[in-house]
Amino acid sequence: MKVNYFQSEYEVLRDKDRCIDCGICITECANEVHLRDKKGKLLAIDSKCVNCHRCVATCPVNALKIVKNEYCFRENYSWSRHDITNIYRQAETGGVLLASMGTAKEYPIYWDKILINASQVTNPSIDPLREPMETRTFLGKKNNEIEFDNDGEIVINETPFIELATPIMFSAMSYGSISLNAHKALAMAAKDLDILYNCGEGGLHESLYPYGDHTIIQVASGRFGVHSGYLESGAAIEIKIGQGAKPGIGGHLTGAKINKEISKTRMIPEGFDAISPAPHHDIYSIEDLRQLVDVLKEATDYKKPIIVKVAAVHNISSIVSGIARSGADIIAIDGFRGGTGAAPLRIKDNVGIPIELALAACDQRLREEGIRDSVSLVVGGSIRHSADIIKAIALGADAVYIGTSALIALGCHMCRACSMGNCNWGIATQREELVERLNPELGRERLVNLISAWTVELKEMMGGMGINSIEALRGNRLMLRGIGLNEKELEVLGIKSAGE
Amino acid sequence: MKREGEVRIPSGCAISGIFSKKRRLFSGEMAIDSIRVMHDRSNGLGGGFAGYGIYPEYQEYFALHVLYDDRKAKVETEEFLEEHFDVINLSKIPTRKIHAIKDEPLIWRYFVEPLRTRLMESQLEEYEYTARCVMKVNLHIKGACIISSGKNMGVFKAMGYPEDVGEFYRLEDYKGYCWTAHGRYPTNTPGWWGGAHPFSLLDVSVVHNGEISSYDANRRFMEMFGYKCTLQTDTEVIAYMIDYFHRKQGLPLDKVASILAAPLWSTIDRMEEKQKREITYLRKNFSSALITGPFSILVGFEGGLMALNDRLKLRSLVVGEKDDMVYMGSEESAIRILENDFDKLTYPKGGVPYIVKLEDQQ
Amino acid sequence: MKYIDAKDLHYKELNKLIRYEEDTHVTLTNVMGQRFIGCALEGKNIDITGIPGNALGACLNGGSIITVHNNCQDATGDTMDDGEIIVHGNSGDTAGYAMRGGKILIKESGGYRMGLHMKAYNERQPLMIVGNRVGSFCGEYLAGGTIIVLGYRENGNCPVGNFCGTGMYGGRIFLRSNELPKDLSPYIDASVATIEELESIREEVTSFCSLFDITNIDLDKDNFYILSQSKVNEYKKKYTTV
Repeated sequence: MKVNYFQSEYEVLRDKDRCIDCGICITECANEVHLRDKKGKLLAIDSKCVNCHRCVATCPVNALKIVKNEYCFRENYSWSRHDITNIYRQAETGGVLLASMGTAKEYPIYWDKILINASQVTNPSIDPLREPMETRTFLGKKNNEIEFDNDGEIVINETPFIELATPIMFSAMSYGSISLNAHKALAMAAKDLDILYNCGEGGLHESLYPYGDHTIIQVASGRFGVHSGYLESGAAIEIKIGQGAKPGIGGHLTGAKINKEISKTRMIPEGFDAISPAPHHDIYSIEDLRQLVDVLKEATDYKKPIIVKVAAVHNISSIVSGIARSGADIIAIDGFRGGTGAAPLRIKDNVGIPIELALAACDQRLREEGIRDSVSLVVGGSIRHSADIIKAIALGADAVYIGTSALIALGCHMCRACSMGNCNWGIATQREELVERLNPELGRERLVNLISAWTVELKEMMGGMGINSIEALRGNRLMLRGIGLNEKELEVLGIKSAGE
Repeated sequence: MKREGEVRIPSGCAISGIFSKKRRLFSGEMAIDSIRVMHDRSNGLGGGFAGYGIYPEYQEYFALHVLYDDRKAKVETEEFLEEHFDVINLSKIPTRKIHAIKDEPLIWRYFVEPLRTRLMESQLEEYEYTARCVMKVNLHIKGACIISSGKNMGVFKAMGYPEDVGEFYRLEDYKGYCWTAHGRYPTNTPGWWGGAHPFSLLDVSVVHNGEISSYDANRRFMEMFGYKCTLQTDTEVIAYMIDYFHRKQGLPLDKVASILAAPLWSTIDRMEEKQKREITYLRKNFSSALITGPFSILVGFEGGLMALNDRLKLRSLVVGEKDDMVYMGSEESAIRILENDFDKLTYPKGGVPYIVKLEDQQ
Repeated sequence: MKYIDAKDLHYKELNKLIRYEEDTHVTLTNVMGQRFIGCALEGKNIDITGIPGNALGACLNGGSIITVHNNCQDATGDTMDDGEIIVHGNSGDTAGYAMRGGKILIKESGGYRMGLHMKAYNERQPLMIVGNRVGSFCGEYLAGGTIIVLGYRENGNCPVGNFCGTGMYGGRIFLRSNELPKDLSPYIDASVATIEELESIREEVTSFCSLFDITNIDLDKDNFYILSQSKVNEYKKKYTTV
């Protein structure tokens, strides 16, 4: 007798009165949930459903609905349904639990415990519709010493900078973890918006080289697709040390996703799992980081800013301070709620710290050391909307990275099954017929719409505070107040309590 | 109740300034007459003046004006001063008992020069040495506040309306080539006299009108360079930024103005190439010193006076010139009361500094 | 030929001199730890006496030959694209990290993690030959290209340390040895090299030996093992998706 330990998490409900039996749901679902029985009747295998809503969204008569399966264990505060089924899963397979996107656990979201200020009477709010409101952002090492030449003129010591029209960038997502069409949409949108996207660690597909001025190219431990043409192609180079979703862990792209194009871009064999190990094997210490930073600077003749990306971990402020002293121009900090194409569940859910606290601690530490201006800080890992961005910048960030939000704009429904490679929305998949579903032109437009709308919202909130340029918001913590936070949390965030 | 420094107090204000390009000396009464016209822009919770050229007989020494809450603070401060300076002269600052000014602290004046041995030990030049000593006293000696520390200049301030403050300090007895005046309209009582304006460090003094929205970004930037913003006022942080860029980095004041009230990017993009490059460079590298929100300031310095408005021109400011005299004020009436027949009347544009200097120093 | 005395020069100055030198053949003397010599250079021939610093020839490009008449330190040829690095001595750790073309030839021995992450695609086939032996983790995560370890002073003993080829998923490692590494991963296929396989490296090995005057290597008589990735997916059972 076969015992089934796993009850499906969702139920697919088909309204028989509405269904016209067209079968679109069958062709749209790459997880093979929908099928016809021998008599041709439409059925659904609930257990295969990942709740991605593709069938719901494409059903011409709205006949489909996906609901939570109410199936339950006996209530127990300590042992949730997930705890129990994961034990079944591991007992059956002996495997490491693998999951996608950012952690879904109920950790405090500090963004939601921070409130933004507005002007009343003592100084004016500014109307962003009619008055100038500046969001132009420069990222790079600032020069705090002014030099004069013999005629008393200021010497222009240009250091490499990135210029952004608005302080938002698309964070690193590799070609491999997401599709080429998703990459194309990001690249084209970045160009339209005059911001940058990050190609991630999977190299840069030939067709995307024309977007180089709006591309951050990444060098990670696996060095996939890294060559001098690649280094030269981007506007900046990012050394990936860590990722918020999986600090201390590398990347793992399964062989199924390594098709001909990816194999060529990454320069690895087709069909074999590709590992980007946890450490860079030439960086075992902070002085080694300086060596890699300097190699990349030498290789690109000191013309491109170098970003070092790290995951937010316990002693992040010391780490960031060390990186600032190692030649990096920009430091990207990724919070533990950040997304991923695939990461071991236990690491994703338990390692690292929230970006809000990491950012506040790092900005403060760099100021105490007097080196805040020697780097720019970019933060990512759960930036959900424009208010999160305002709060991040007021806490001390120069700009933010968004990944998940950008994918949602492209159609992602947060089903968190990226690692399976069957993304019905054509994003986290390499299956040709699925990738085709994502129209890069349409994706570009949706991304442009999103970032444009967020930028207007940024301006409105800035105007409310009487701030007409983004740099006057940066590190301006008096514009923030905490709500429902204890004294220690307020202290780490460096903000006062609401009402204070 | 929290006293100024423990809490940030927004204020509105009145400011005025008078300057003789030929170094003709005139008494502080003119500044009182000017600021009195704008009585309604103050609310009686702070007023003050800065005079330049008022101590010619001691012009090579730093003049320290110090407010003490009590005798203990005075003893402690004087001990500190003696350890670090040669005290050439010390005296009470003469005041007049008047009805409108009450609860005065102990108000003392010291003419000092850094002790040669201590100065050498510190490896600093005398201005930096003195600035650090001033900040040390203000930060660490409870109940003591050095409100003025320049050479041949002095700041006089108190709780009250500015015209009363001028009378209290007997400003008719001082003659200078430049005076600035300030009447304050704080939302809360500052609790002590140190909170009044002008704010001054070494020979730079600032009077300011408006509440800036970039305060904390500016403060946290300046604190990287060793400045401690103990008063939490806009004026204080603006004075520090001017000190940092002008004295420490050697940047001319018009360039300092293009950092503090940087032109909009859209304006910069239209500039000719050389200027565009320079202004972009300054704005990019010193973005944390950009001041946003409304302000108009008068900056007094050795041999000159600068007026500057925020770049969107959210506060009023008018400048009139007659012969060698320059008059500046929040309102035209404040300068018309002194001179009705100007050779030139200017309403400075947002972000464009109006700088006057002594003719013999140009 | 241009001579540059590197004594007391910082690496930035030295590398600038090399980069902007019009003569394509540059000889460096008194090198002492300067890093990144030849970084991303194309079409230059550099001779080095003294001890070059870390990341020698990093990102090296086509037509370049770097010859070291001594030992070299760590991360030699890091991410190099093309060209040759010839070392008449030993190499430190991680030489050839992620190299994707060109050759690294080391007369004597190499440190840990030699040829880590080497990659290949079509005509881009990187090659590393080490005359004597290498430390542990040789060819870790190897994705393409060829590593040859000759053990010319080893008398047929295994010339590699522990964990040779761990995680490799492409490329080949040749070992001139009478025995296989004792701890070889079960996911690596190891066999005695066939005549065809030896033919594919004959030209390179022969010219290596004549370059360094090594006379005791005989491709026809000596035993060579070849290591390659197994067809079994090492990670197949590693994960279970939530």
